[in-house]
Amino acid sequence: MIEAPAPFPAEAPTLPRGQALRRGLAANPLLVVGGLAVVVIVLVALFAPLLAPYPGDAGNATHPFMVLHAPSAQHWFGTDQVGRDILSRVLYGARVSPLIAVLVLAIASAVGIPLGVVAGYFGGWVDELIMRVTDVFLAFPALLLALALAAVLPASLTTVTIAIAATWWPWYTRLIRGQAASVAGRPYIDSCRALGIPRRRIILRHVLPNSVTPLIVQISLDVGGVILTASALSFLGLGAQDPTPDWGLMVSEGQTYFTTDWWVVTFPGLAILVTAFAFNLLGDGLRDLLDPRRSLLP
Amino acid sequence: MSSRAKPLLEIGDLSVRFGPVRAVDRVSLQLAAGPFGLGLVGESGSGKTTIGRAVVRLAPISSGQIRFEGTDIGALRGRALQAYRRAVQIVFQDPDNSLDPRMRVGGSLREALAAHAVVPRGQAAGRARELLAEVGLDPGFVSRYPHQLSGGQRQRVAIARALSVRPRLLVLDEPTSALDVRAQARVLDLIEALRADHQLCYLLITHNFAIVSQLCEQTAVLYLGRVAESGPTGELLERPAHPYTQALRSAVPEIDWTARRSRMVLPGEPPDAANPPPGCVFHPRCPLAIDRCRTEVPVLRTMGPGRQAACHRAEEVLAGQPTGSAPTAGLPQVAGSHAAAWRSARPGTVTGRITPPPASMARARLAPPSLSRCGITPAGPAVHAIPGALSCGLLASGSQRRGPPDDPRIRVLTARQDISSGRVLPVIQ
Amino acid sequence: MRLRIKDLAVAFGDRQVVSIGEFAVGEAEIVGLAGESGSGKSMTTLAILGLAHTVGATVSGSIRLDGTELTGLSQRELRQLRGRQVAAIFQSPAMAFSPVFRVGQVVLGALRLHGMSRAEAAEAASRAMRQVLLAPDLLGRYPAQLSGGQLQRVAIALALALRARVLLADEPTSALDVTVQAEVLELLRELRERDGMSVLLISHDLAVVAELCDRVAVMQGGRIVEQGPVSQVLAAPQHEYTAELLAAVPRIGAAPQDRGPGHV
Repeated sequence: MIEAPAPFPAEAPTLPRGQALRRGLAANPLLVVGGLAVVVIVLVALFAPLLAPYPGDAGNATHPFMVLHAPSAQHWFGTDQVGRDILSRVLYGARVSPLIAVLVLAIASAVGIPLGVVAGYFGGWVDELIMRVTDVFLAFPALLLALALAAVLPASLTTVTIAIAATWWPWYTRLIRGQAASVAGRPYIDSCRALGIPRRRIILRHVLPNSVTPLIVQISLDVGGVILTASALSFLGLGAQDPTPDWGLMVSEGQTYFTTDWWVVTFPGLAILVTAFAFNLLGDGLRDLLDPRRSLLP
Repeated sequence: MSSRAKPLLEIGDLSVRFGPVRAVDRVSLQLAAGPFGLGLVGESGSGKTTIGRAVVRLAPISSGQIRFEGTDIGALRGRALQAYRRAVQIVFQDPDNSLDPRMRVGGSLREALAAHAVVPRGQAAGRARELLAEVGLDPGFVSRYPHQLSGGQRQRVAIARALSVRPRLLVLDEPTSALDVRAQARVLDLIEALRADHQLCYLLITHNFAIVSQLCEQTAVLYLGRVAESGPTGELLERPAHPYTQALRSAVPEIDWTARRSRMVLPGEPPDAANPPPGCVFHPRCPLAIDRCRTEVPVLRTMGPGRQAACHRAEEVLAGQPTGSAPTAGLPQVAGSHAAAWRSARPGTVTGRITPPPASMARARLAPPSLSRCGITPAGPAVHAIPGALSCGLLASGSQRRGPPDDPRIRVLTARQDISSGRVLPVIQ
Repeated sequence: MRLRIKDLAVAFGDRQVVSIGEFAVGEAEIVGLAGESGSGKSMTTLAILGLAHTVGATVSGSIRLDGTELTGLSQRELRQLRGRQVAAIFQSPAMAFSPVFRVGQVVLGALRLHGMSRAEAAEAASRAMRQVLLAPDLLGRYPAQLSGGQLQRVAIALALALRARVLLADEPTSALDVTVQAEVLELLRELRERDGMSVLLISHDLAVVAELCDRVAVMQGGRIVEQGPVSQVLAAPQHEYTAELLAAVPRIGAAPQDRGPGHV
């Protein structure tokens, strides 16, 4: 095969774990930036009451005399259509939207990954069965399912979370199943079977870790997608209800004012952008970190 | 086979089917207790890998039995199955994928040890280092990932992992095909050393006769899932009893080129396993095929002590025709040449061409025929056929060695051989 | 001399991977470049084809093909030479043929790229297929419908149709079955004898080199440690690396030492 000769380290790095960790991070700027940004967002979410200049505005307060004021010294991000401070709402929003995203993706992964791994590893009728069920769920657009759920459940963030998770998990099953099937056919899995290693261990310790990497990147990319989907559902009135400071809801509510009062939409929108971007960087960095071939981490 | 001792592993009439494909078709083999090596030689589609996998229960047995120390392995469950897995292990061909890339070498070895509680947990790390030393690797490699080792080193780790449970029988599936020459030699030497140290018995699957020659007392040659012939390795290579063995032997390139005998080039491709030819599966490519071969499946018969062959004409092959055949009296020969004949898809019509050897080399070469009439080239004097071949290719002589392919001066002749009298009768077309 | 290499150096940044002082392939000659993986033989092939930059390597030195100096040429000029003057076949014939095209489309496409008209290309392709003993109608098949040996022969047919004078064969038979390998090697020999083609055979398999080549150059660590006629180099190696390689090749006839108590 003609290929460029791969770099072959003469001796394996045997540095103490701490030093090696720092080395690994230094070689992975994406991970550092993304990780820091995510940490910042989490901190904002945790300390929102301390950081927000007008904590009450994240709740029921309305200020009819301060409606749609442009960004100024007292209101860095301006005020919205009922006079609430947008900065405070954006800060509080860090508790809402990313939380939905994390919950949705956690549920989707918890359901989708095991199904995908089992389908990929066992093949045969198990695979068929699982994939057909997956196909059924894939057929539902998120909105329709949410509408259906809204008919039975009260409109709330919980409903939205469940609805989106229900439409999200099949993608992960599909993604992992292909990987798992490919891994399951490799000689090292055969050698585990030949050694009599129990099936459970083979799946958990060998198939799963080797299949999951593409999913990590996918999950981080999906954060932005979930936030947008949640906001669409909120826009339809199925999710967050006013006065919850959900970024998506803020964008939806601010749409009508966009041409005249740009700040109502822009700042929540930027918040979504920054959050999604931060998670993307984190995902890319994690993927590189987790690949033993590329990483300098021992 | 005379059995002075009970065989360690007995494969009886094994068949493995994947849908319509008969990967293995009624194969019977025996392995004695160690130190002992049985070579399974064949090309792709021969079923050799499938047999190896069936022995370690990675391939389903459709019919027949595999018995280990008298017990049917297909019936094993639970603890008995675990015990079997400890006794019989396998090493795969592809060193790049035979270890989990996410696990360090030490972890892979310890996992194998833990699966059978070979040593108490506390000692596992130490034993892993010992195992590496046994296969000739630096014990410090326990902390390395597979991608930090070379192909040959990975292969040796895979061998160490298989040996960690101290198996009695080791299946080696093309252990060196993907390795460089020197790495290959080291792995082969390792196998030889382990064989002596551990009284190891192994089933060595390969396409390389030189390897079985070095490591195996007995060899079986497989073609399309069936045993073509089997017997003591040295004898089998010296005096084959099956034309496929002859062809395979002569196709293997050798370093000692001065000692080379003739080259028999097999025409065509191995047949489709889902649709094997009737009669003897080798007959479309066999230089010795006769009518009987097309209709009757040859049975594996005893040709001598420990030797079996599945060929209707095995006696003739065995009787001392050197690889390439002896000339029939009365026919012109190319000086210093050896001839091979072949059949085409349409019986009675064959094309081929013979290029005369340059003066410096004392060897004529025959090129494989095409399936339709084309590719005619001017050639040297006519060449005779192997006695018994149903048809062979003869070409009219031409004076140019390098003329254009469609030279109208060239005529294609076919010949039929009268089997009883042995005379070759040309038929000009 | 069809191909002459002088002071060739291929490097990745400051890491030299090939450093050949002198090497040549003559008319109607099969020369082998033998060595283990990492010895630089594949990089040498890439350098000759002017493709080293695609993997990020830099080339310096002289590569003369029928007198024309290759190292200074632009990619456009090289493209005209590739296929026409020097053709190449690789280890995995499936890589040479895109799976979505019929092999005939690839062959005819290549011929037409080098200036043949449609009729000329079809004629040349059929003739070449017959020369490699394949029925010309196999050109209508997809690569997946042909075996490895057949694909490799189609690749050789393409080189023939283009009337390349020099053929670079990089491990052409490593991925093939033994009997199919014998056929392909036979074909290469034919090309040398019938058409006077020069072949540079790169192989890690010394036995193949012994069978097929007239001369051989043994490479280690990017350098040629020994070269000469095959009969000389293999029978009486001068360099210890060559001797090591030869000693490592398993031979038929070395029987196992002991037959053991369990001989059945």
